[in-house]
Amino acid sequence: MCGIAGLIHRGNTSKVGFELQGMLQALKHRGEDSTGYALYGKTDGQNFIMRFKVGENVGEGSTSIMEDVSVYDERKKIVDGYLKDLGATIVKEERTLPYSLRYEIQYDKDLMEFSQKIESVPGVEILSMGKSLEVIKDLGNAEAVCKRYSLDKVEGTHAIGHARMATESGVDIKSAHPFWGYPFSDVSVVHNGQLTNYWNNRRVLENKGMRFMSECDSELIAVYLAEKMRNGATLEEGMKESLMGLDGVFTYFVATKDSLGMAKDTMAAKPLVLYESDDLVAMGSEEIAIRSILPQEIDTYDPFDGMVKVWQI
Amino acid sequence: MANLKTGEKKTKAQSMGLHTEVLTGKTQQKFFNPDEAENFYYFGTYDVDFNKRTEIDVKDMECREANKKIDELMKEGYGTIVIKNPQGKHSLGVGILNKLNLIFEGSLGYFGVGSMDGPIVRINGRVGWSCAENMMAGKVVIEKNAGSCFGAAIRGGDLICKGSVGARTGIDQKGGTIIIGGDAGAFTGFMMQRGRIIILGDVGINLGDSMYDGTIFVGGKIGSFGSDAVEAELTDSDQDWLKRKLKVAEIGENFDVSKMTKVVAGKKLWNYDALEPTEKKGAI
Repeated sequence: MCGIAGLIHRGNTSKVGFELQGMLQALKHRGEDSTGYALYGKTDGQNFIMRFKVGENVGEGSTSIMEDVSVYDERKKIVDGYLKDLGATIVKEERTLPYSLRYEIQYDKDLMEFSQKIESVPGVEILSMGKSLEVIKDLGNAEAVCKRYSLDKVEGTHAIGHARMATESGVDIKSAHPFWGYPFSDVSVVHNGQLTNYWNNRRVLENKGMRFMSECDSELIAVYLAEKMRNGATLEEGMKESLMGLDGVFTYFVATKDSLGMAKDTMAAKPLVLYESDDLVAMGSEEIAIRSILPQEIDTYDPFDGMVKVWQI
Repeated sequence: MANLKTGEKKTKAQSMGLHTEVLTGKTQQKFFNPDEAENFYYFGTYDVDFNKRTEIDVKDMECREANKKIDELMKEGYGTIVIKNPQGKHSLGVGILNKLNLIFEGSLGYFGVGSMDGPIVRINGRVGWSCAENMMAGKVVIEKNAGSCFGAAIRGGDLICKGSVGARTGIDQKGGTIIIGGDAGAFTGFMMQRGRIIILGDVGINLGDSMYDGTIFVGGKIGSFGSDAVEAELTDSDQDWLKRKLKVAEIGENFDVSKMTKVVAGKKLWNYDALEPTEKKGAI
């Protein structure tokens, strides 16, 4: 089933980590195999923030194979070596969990080459690479993930998130949303639905040099949009093309460093409730997600079939 | 249908291309004779006094707790119940088979006031997916917008949304009337079998897709017709009925019903009434 939520503060910042946690926790009945956050924080915009994993969470419910923690250290060492080779400087390093790391990096060369090199290490995946975006995803419900990574203090302008009920692929971090719009920094996607032409699209996109890290159909949206943007399309143009290019049922959100967008398939088969005001846009699979941050009586509506909307901060 | 009253309505209904039965709630029960209405009751229903009014705040209640509370209040004879702070909670006010004035001061989530038979409900907010699903009789008025599958499979009663509704409004509708003050999404009237839908605004693609029977009236633009949905002539009887219905619904005052588009089933797919007796025979 899955639940998605997103919000954008227009013209100001707020504790988006805390707000998104409330929205996703209200949707936990739609799935709590894993929860993911894409937070667009208040940064100086100078350095890249790379969130990456060197292994999987093998806790209760995970479909991943148990690994010794020492493997994580080995992988981290290789990544550090590769960063040096690529000419990247680690400004700040945080190891939130044995398998999850956050690096602040100075780097000014090609992102695709960078990503390919780092992800050539088995078990290593870059969850996000952006100057304001940070993707945090792990097993468990929104509250558990928020607590594990101390996300409630994160301040920013906008955020999207996903509460996942695993159906098409495993219960693991690599299949959890949001997906990074590789190789574009600061682009992330969450999706509710099923895509039925996943493999056809994947084969075509892989032949064009795009990379897939999981077998989750939702990753296709991020890759599809990234490929469109690589060819010069704007985010909104790419999203409009996706209505015909992607087959199946879907409602998805996409965020960039300064915008938030939504798209709904032409059958309007997946739910979405939307609240818009001059200074805040909030949306989610169910109204209770919005109510968690706006308990007062407000006007909301269901976007119609085939609708694409993009808001700027 | 045994023992159903017809009469003057028969002529009007036939001129509108509708079935002759008075399709409201319990009257659809084949075993039910309206002359014996006094003897007909649901298990667990109560005598309530509409002048006896109370309020409950459901802010910190789960839906089961809130629904149980409504039941307890009806048991105590309260005929008018005001629900405060519903805050988008799901499945509130479901399964009420009783006469009751139920007022929600706020918005409902999914499956609000579903499977009910009899109450008059006013929702001073918005409703989520599948509001009033399977309603048998009664009246529901929503002051703001509604989500998808609005009035799914209703059998009778009036379901009124003053704002706009999502996709698949009246899916599998089997009776009753759905009235929309604003716009409606794709697949409105999808697989509807009987009943009527009135939309004052625009409607999305595939209107009346695979409808077996029933009638849809649209005041605005139509995205596209669905499979086997066709335009029909808007008769004087239709216009009289529309005016009366909109007046009762307190919606679309001064709306020019003569410009509405009437949509019915082309009946190329229409076969369930013909098949039904055979199936029943087989089952017997």
